[in-house]
Amino acid sequence: MKANADGPLIDVRELKKYYPLRGGIFGKKIGDVRAVDGVSFAVRAGETLGLVGESGCGKSTLGRTVMRLEEPTDGRILFEGVDLTDVAGAELFPLRRDVQMIFQDPYSSLNPRMTVGEIVREPLIVHRVGGRDEQMEKVRALLDTVGLGDETLERYPHEFSGGQRQRIGLARALALDPKLVIADEPVSALDVSVQSQVLNLMGRLQQEHGLTYLFISHDLSVVRHVSDTVAIMYLGRIVEKGPTERVFARTGHPYTRALLDAVPLPDPRRRRAAAPVKGESPSAVSPPPGCSFHPRCPFAVEACTQIVPPLEQFEQVGHISACLRKEEIKEQLGHGAVTGVQPAG
Amino acid sequence: MSGPTPSLLEIEDLAVGFDTEAGLLRAVDRVSLEIAPGETLGLVGESGCGKSVTAASVLRLVPIPPGQILHGKIRLAGRGDLLGLAPADLGAVRGQEIAMIFQDPMTSLNPVFTVEKQLLEVLRLRFGMGRQSARVRSIEMLRTVGIPDPDARLAAYPHELSGGMKQRVMIAMALLSEPRLLIADEPTTALDVTIQAQILQLIRELQQRTGAAVLFITHDMGVVAEMCDRVAVMYAGRIVERGDAVGLFTRPRHPYTVGLLRSVPREGTARKSELPVIEGAVPSPFASPVGCRFAPRCWKRMTLGDAEQVRCHEEDPALERKADGGVAACHFPVTDDER
Repeated sequence: MKANADGPLIDVRELKKYYPLRGGIFGKKIGDVRAVDGVSFAVRAGETLGLVGESGCGKSTLGRTVMRLEEPTDGRILFEGVDLTDVAGAELFPLRRDVQMIFQDPYSSLNPRMTVGEIVREPLIVHRVGGRDEQMEKVRALLDTVGLGDETLERYPHEFSGGQRQRIGLARALALDPKLVIADEPVSALDVSVQSQVLNLMGRLQQEHGLTYLFISHDLSVVRHVSDTVAIMYLGRIVEKGPTERVFARTGHPYTRALLDAVPLPDPRRRRAAAPVKGESPSAVSPPPGCSFHPRCPFAVEACTQIVPPLEQFEQVGHISACLRKEEIKEQLGHGAVTGVQPAG
Repeated sequence: MSGPTPSLLEIEDLAVGFDTEAGLLRAVDRVSLEIAPGETLGLVGESGCGKSVTAASVLRLVPIPPGQILHGKIRLAGRGDLLGLAPADLGAVRGQEIAMIFQDPMTSLNPVFTVEKQLLEVLRLRFGMGRQSARVRSIEMLRTVGIPDPDARLAAYPHELSGGMKQRVMIAMALLSEPRLLIADEPTTALDVTIQAQILQLIRELQQRTGAAVLFITHDMGVVAEMCDRVAVMYAGRIVERGDAVGLFTRPRHPYTVGLLRSVPREGTARKSELPVIEGAVPSPFASPVGCRFAPRCWKRMTLGDAEQVRCHEEDPALERKADGGVAACHFPVTDDER
């Protein structure tokens, strides 16, 4: 344990990732696409932060930037108190062991020409962990941990189903005993019966290895199940964050409410009655002024079109929301009762 | 339930196979379904269960070869057996009487034509509508499906539109033809939840206005609950349970249906608790199992005595009405205390 044992494992502050927007015949830079625009969060060791949002909200870019697969434009990433943004090149190498990533499509992230044994062993070779025998022993143990037998060692990724490939991806991610695992839509491509198997495995691994997860997903019911804290992203920014139960029961942002109301419930007696939120998420190339959700927000007023709402405490320490009207409209945002749903006739 | 309304579509004992290097793959077997006008039937199951092949067979979209219809009839009211239809008549059925929307809108949209050209073509073919009135009608429909500035969008090519927009154009195209039957194959799976909610509402509105029947194919039990009057659950090429939506969700009889409903985390599920799982994986479609196809994974079978388990492994259960009114293909359907 380090000196900051009580501090968060990872502490991301005002992180920004802008991509240059080029135009004209000479491809001159004419602006920025603000994929991630000032995001802050911290995750304590052994906990899970669920990052939710719709396509294009920047959640995957955020994950990749924390992983340093993308260079941050600005901001700080403190890992066990060390600022990763200060570290470059070879110095980053040992830190890479501590942070691993798993992806939505484990197939495209597994080399099709390598056997499962080689795939899981590769990180051990790259980081020169132990000799050959030691490595092979570790590989067998890892496969066993994720529920795959020795007979899989010599087989190739294409011989496996989606759920099994995700298990292989997890075994590889765990090879270097990481502290943080960034999981980008890890179960979205899986059938529901397999989804629950992988979620259970991830939960077990968290308990047994004290793993910390940054769990990126568009699926609210999955995020609700796995997360200690939830952060909702919209167009590059976090619009609401708080303890999971709190955010679901005392929602503090109209966008979170819209997301919750849009999820169909597996109960035909409770069908949606209210019209769903209108429009699509605007492009990060030309975000609307003021609150970026205002063009779709049923509660928007004049001020919302001009002022970018700051993330402020909502009702309780640790629960924050970026909505100018959060106090006025909190009754309408619902208190766990699902608004806009009524029993089917 | 076969109500007093005569069926619009009747699938009778359908079997579809594919020739592969490893032999004949039976993708769909013994599938029978019927849909009445104005009704929405949900066809649910996981990948590879045969739900999409069943839907594609209705429009004869299964590529032959390698595909082949091994058995069965698909009757559309007023048209007879679609499987025996001459190519010219089939063309008239497709896109006029039956429209289909897919997960990938580019399956229906032509990348080299503008939105206008594609929408106008539908109206010309279906209703013999002239250019001016077809244009007005198209703009109106684009607005209905929630496309802003529809006038300008008419000139766009599909690649110039976002995924959600393309999906809406495809739906607009399907709705313009005012089909008697709309087949929707995972139409919202690739979309964000807020857009999904909008599209589902559109389909419901169309149905209320035109009385179309909808065959809705999905793996999402939430979407089924939201949209469907009746549901058929498929597993490994077969229908294993069917019934009205409320009955199927509140009193599922087949252990697979129960497993599907349980494995999704829902409001009451304790956070970070172990989720119920269906152990194992779907059987290979090349295997020709004796007995129940779900038996190797079945939680209910594991609670039974030896003699009963033998029956699960050796005797193929027929899809039939049970004593409590449910229709399931199971020797030992799930009882109320087991749910």
